[in-house]
Amino acid sequence: MSEETKDEKPKKPKVPRQGMPEQDAHERARNFKEVTLGYTEEQALLEASRCLQCKKPFCISGCPVGIDIKSFIGLITSKDYLGALGKIKESSLLPAVCGRVCPQEMQCEKVCVLGKKGDSVAIGRLERFVADFQAKHGGGELPKVAPSTGKKIAIVGAGPSGLTAAFDLTVMGHKVTVFEALHKAGGVLVYGIPEFRLPKAIVEREVKVLEQMGVEIKLNYVIGKIKTIDQLMQEDGFDAVYVCNGAGLPWFMGIPGENLNGVFSANEFLTRSNLMKAFDFPNYETPIKRFKNVAVVGGGNVAMDSVRTALRLGADNAYIVYRRSKDELPARKEEVEHAGHEGVKFKLLTAPVKVLANDQGWVKGLECLEMELGEPDESGRRRPVAKKGSEFVLDVDAVIVSIGTSSNPLLFQTTPGLGQTKKGYIEVENEDTCRTTKKGVFAGGDIVTGSATVILAMGAGRGAARGIDKYLKDGEWWSKEASA
Amino acid sequence: MYEILKKVSWSDQEPKITEFVLNAPEIAKAHKAGQFVIIINGETGERIPLTIADKDEKAGTISILFQEVGASTMMLGAMKEGDKILHIAGPLGKPTHIEKVGTVVCVGGGVGIAPVHPIAKAMKDAGNKVISILGARNKSLLIYEDKMRSASTEVRITTDDGSYVKKGFVTDELKGMLEVEKIPVDLVVVIGPPIMMKFVCKVTEPHKIKTYASLNTIMVDGTGMCGACRVTVGGKTKFVCVDGPEFDGHEVDYDEMMARQRQYLPEEKAAVDICKKKMCHTA
Repeated sequence: MSEETKDEKPKKPKVPRQGMPEQDAHERARNFKEVTLGYTEEQALLEASRCLQCKKPFCISGCPVGIDIKSFIGLITSKDYLGALGKIKESSLLPAVCGRVCPQEMQCEKVCVLGKKGDSVAIGRLERFVADFQAKHGGGELPKVAPSTGKKIAIVGAGPSGLTAAFDLTVMGHKVTVFEALHKAGGVLVYGIPEFRLPKAIVEREVKVLEQMGVEIKLNYVIGKIKTIDQLMQEDGFDAVYVCNGAGLPWFMGIPGENLNGVFSANEFLTRSNLMKAFDFPNYETPIKRFKNVAVVGGGNVAMDSVRTALRLGADNAYIVYRRSKDELPARKEEVEHAGHEGVKFKLLTAPVKVLANDQGWVKGLECLEMELGEPDESGRRRPVAKKGSEFVLDVDAVIVSIGTSSNPLLFQTTPGLGQTKKGYIEVENEDTCRTTKKGVFAGGDIVTGSATVILAMGAGRGAARGIDKYLKDGEWWSKEASA
Repeated sequence: MYEILKKVSWSDQEPKITEFVLNAPEIAKAHKAGQFVIIINGETGERIPLTIADKDEKAGTISILFQEVGASTMMLGAMKEGDKILHIAGPLGKPTHIEKVGTVVCVGGGVGIAPVHPIAKAMKDAGNKVISILGARNKSLLIYEDKMRSASTEVRITTDDGSYVKKGFVTDELKGMLEVEKIPVDLVVVIGPPIMMKFVCKVTEPHKIKTYASLNTIMVDGTGMCGACRVTVGGKTKFVCVDGPEFDGHEVDYDEMMARQRQYLPEEKAAVDICKKKMCHTA
């Protein structure tokens, strides 16, 4: 439905890129069921047939975890769906998740040869198809686990990075315990990404596989509080620790009125709705406010998730307020399109300057300035510059701030020797080895990079698993001075 | 799962005040005065922040004490000895900074007496003279008197209606201590309703007495992720769950905090009505 038609078809393939079946935009904007419905077998076969099976497949290099895309698509064309899934699982633990939430147009599909002249192969949708096929029809085996090495590893955080590392380390034969602060495993997959984009049953299924493989997941364990990292290593006998506790405190804009009633961080708004299921209040006990006119400040995936959640909670007007233009929106293209179809209004080149209050201390408007794009800044993007005298008030009763997160301060408070970057994240040797400044302690994901994507966090988990395995064998560490 | 080993009913007047002694050895071991836990009492439950009122490290138990003011706490209060609480995360928040300073006044109002208890105890153990001022609306709502007596050097009690000891507010008692009795006080710790904390701070401010206020804002995750608990302290936004719960009481914007605490009153009221109906049906 949302597929763009193309002017020019390459010689091969003869079939067009298969559109994704979706719930009707008008209807779905008021429910929490999944927006996209997934390919039928017929569509998957048609789409897979478009793959040229390049001799030098660029797509694989475009994947942060290096999935053998060419082979798995080849297996789909021969209808060996479980084989295709197995091929993906050699590199990625979470195909049902990544098929749904990866920004493929920035990764594998961006470099697909077909994309040069027309539409690239819909790799993400095919990935999702095989994962969903297995979930629906069963089959497939638990991954083989190497004989026990007798080594114990603690993972701090059960998000995408921690789950990936747990999987890889378990396969290598190590005993893994994952400590999760919240009461459910999954991290951003359960508290952040909404049900309509990633059904929670999928996450539960993947977590269950890990548990069947022998991974122990301890919920409600806030490392740094109930136990320190030093205690894990010295008292509980863990040989290594991987810290992937994710993003931390939300950033606010620092404009007047931000602590008024009706101003929320995206993290709070989404956690209430997703993790606590407040959209189903009072059947679930956590409340959430249902506003009629909502402004979401920011342009990333989290902002899109927030604004679409606000719509589903009954907003008449749900705005994205973003200071740059549409081309710079960091969100996945598909999410921006979906949001638009559902009726989200985009206030682009708009910067908030003040949250206005009514006499009860609740939000009654968001004062904004119009912007125009000036010279490029350090990030290479054109810097938005305020237009003089362009102040206007957006008539809203809630403001959701979705401009990123800083690091979580908990671990630094109780982990001597754990280096911190200027920006407040955990200092590592590099993002491949994930070694921190504290021997035996590795770190990756958002706590190292700042807010990023699920797949990048998973990539870090893989790297950390390799690094930990190597460290357990040779005991070597790096020194900051030596590498400086 | 955390078993309720003992249930103590402190007040049967509505809203009821209930205490649970819970089996939670790891939390008991890690807990320090001033810290709190988040509990969830069922699959559909919300995350409720509650301060640890007491612990017994040897027995592996912690005590939580709550007033049944919302649907979740009402359902919690309906649980019996032997029942199990589904989730407890903690201890959370920064511990109180405990050191020997001389004379410490611990002020507890209503159910705020419970979280003051471990702090008074730790302050006394550190060698301080601890004078505790406990305030309650009336005699039957006064909790933890005995425990506070053993955790303090001296205990003073006020009741709003004069039904026990002295009629008045904790602020009157504190003011009298400072301005009439002229007792030298080095530190004040106050926990209770925000309005009480605000006025206690107003009493200590002209005397330049350092005052810690422990804040009980709305929280969701309680681990430094959602920002629901933010307050303005000294003109800066702080997060109660990871920067607190204790702050310099003279710097806290109580009016903003009180406004923020009222955000979900309509929803809470609706939930209470539904909960009462449900409980009637099941009773």
